[in-house]
Amino acid sequence: MFTELNSILNATPDSFTQGEFILVSDRQSDASFLIHHFLSFYLRARCKVCFLGLVQSFSHYSAISQRLGVSLTQAREKGQLIFLEGLKESLSILIPQETTTGSQAMDFLRDPTVGLQRLYEFVRSSVSSDGGGEEGVEEWGPPVLLVDDVSVLLSLGVSAGAVLDFSHYCRATVCSQLQGNIVMLVRCHGEEAEDDGSDEGSEWLLKGLTHQCSLTLHVQGLPTGYCRDIHGQVEVCWRRRRGDGQHTQKKLFQYKVHDKGASFFAPGTSSAVL
Amino acid sequence: MAAPVSSVGKPSAERPPFSSTSFQKKTRSKLISIPGTRPSVQNGQLLVSTGVTSLDYLLGGGLAVGTVLLIEEDRFDSYSRMILKYFLAEGVVCRHELFVASAQDNPDDILQELPAPILDDVAIHKPVEQPRLSCEPQDNLDAMKIAWRYQNLPKVQSALASSSRFGHYYDVSKTMEPEIRQAAKCHRFYLPEHPTQSSTTHSRMIESYSALLKSLQEVIHREGFDLSTPMSMSRNILRVGLHSLGSALWNDDLSCHDDPMHSHALTTFLYGLRALLRSSLSVAVVTVPSHLIQDQALMGNITRLCDNAIALESFKGSERETNPLYKDYHGLLHVRQVPHLNCLASQLPDHKDLAFKLKRKQFSIEVCCQRLRAYSNKEQHYLNM
Repeated sequence: MFTELNSILNATPDSFTQGEFILVSDRQSDASFLIHHFLSFYLRARCKVCFLGLVQSFSHYSAISQRLGVSLTQAREKGQLIFLEGLKESLSILIPQETTTGSQAMDFLRDPTVGLQRLYEFVRSSVSSDGGGEEGVEEWGPPVLLVDDVSVLLSLGVSAGAVLDFSHYCRATVCSQLQGNIVMLVRCHGEEAEDDGSDEGSEWLLKGLTHQCSLTLHVQGLPTGYCRDIHGQVEVCWRRRRGDGQHTQKKLFQYKVHDKGASFFAPGTSSAVL
Repeated sequence: MAAPVSSVGKPSAERPPFSSTSFQKKTRSKLISIPGTRPSVQNGQLLVSTGVTSLDYLLGGGLAVGTVLLIEEDRFDSYSRMILKYFLAEGVVCRHELFVASAQDNPDDILQELPAPILDDVAIHKPVEQPRLSCEPQDNLDAMKIAWRYQNLPKVQSALASSSRFGHYYDVSKTMEPEIRQAAKCHRFYLPEHPTQSSTTHSRMIESYSALLKSLQEVIHREGFDLSTPMSMSRNILRVGLHSLGSALWNDDLSCHDDPMHSHALTTFLYGLRALLRSSLSVAVVTVPSHLIQDQALMGNITRLCDNAIALESFKGSERETNPLYKDYHGLLHVRQVPHLNCLASQLPDHKDLAFKLKRKQFSIEVCCQRLRAYSNKEQHYLNM
């Protein structure tokens, strides 16, 4: 977890806002480093984490989390982490075999028009507690759902509407019912105005998810161009709902990703410049 | 997983010439070295060479095992095809296995066009010749004049089984000799030879991609490239070359229509390909005719489902061919994406304006500072790659 980001978001593993839907988005850059931050953050906060790793293998996340000080294999063994390895599960569906093993969470690959119901059921069964029947089962904190990333579902043929339905169902279960948190990564490309208004598109998905969420972190490249020392800028936007209506607060930071973390600083105060 | 080095082991660069004692150091872990690979200095990833040393540098030292390199084809598919051939030729020289798939040309034709390696230190495995009897007519040139007592001993190539160098140079004016090429095991997938199955596919992929994915998985399982199979003494890398995916010859209409019917066929296939590669010791190079695909968002999706991505833009046939600014280059090269696997930070190249030139013995990629050429026509900035 990145300590500077914790102070920006005013969150520590011991105290963080519950019931939050955090949307991480990027445009022509890579915001996956924030997913690693949230993964290690919530594991350290002793939450029960359900991670939908749709684009990379388990060992990729495990290797990076190791550098951030958290062991994913241990967390999985203890039952704190439930990891859906999308790539591995998809092979048995994409290349039809006689015996179908594994969870049916990736069933949408068979016919994407059906929607993400099975995936939602997988999430629901993962985050709801087992009912305390076993002895010696550790009690974990509120459940957290992490999705990396949601845009690949669009590439695999799922409509943006189905993805929005899925996120709405997850939000109802995880955030409202169980007072847990959700973090989703959405990736866009191209300029914002380029979308020609077609129904399915990452722009529409981004707008829909932005409306549903309570905190967005939008990662972009620098507007002045490519720079080796500053990897881009992050715009943090709080969309807290208060009694007197929407209260939106925005902050802009520049960031640089290193081997073991990322540093965030106010624009223009990079160590390369000062 | 893109194979981390800890499970495979570093290639042993130095080997003791002979063991002087019978004492063998017991190693706790079975380190298996695969020829033609080396660990990355950044994150310990196992890397193979693409066959083009300047491209290896751009990609952070080489292609990580378990990843896909996407090459956006130039307009006439000349230079992208050349890089694909370099990739396969490097596989032959490193004694890797090859899997070539194409819908347009027979894979055998592609394999026959592989460039010849420049053979300073590449060992060629010649079959051991029979010892000649002294009464047989001998080649006068081979007759030894001084050490004639050793004339009749069998000739043995005592060179290494494969070159210990990482990345070789090729002479594009010659094709690889058949005996070198046939030493490497090649698996082929030629689409016209696979009749379309009448059964409906189980996903958004079209039949041609399904058949290709299935064939690739069969090869991986059969030849033991799967990471889940128990480690045997010798492991090898499978180099997969997929030519011109997304073109109409693969029965895909991505490059034909603005609003294609099979808009998710190629992306679903690439997802399945990533799944296969992450769980095996293989590396893939895929070429896509991106200049025919109108939808930029779709190209963005395709790029993101591959790990490395470069785009070639050749000057041939365009007005830049006669432009004196570009007279030293054959085209521009854009690095679209460089992955960061098993680590947080990626190694983007320092410069974004890159141009390539196909010389006889080298495919060179240089920084192209043409925009700064307002002042002098003669100065050029070469980055020694």
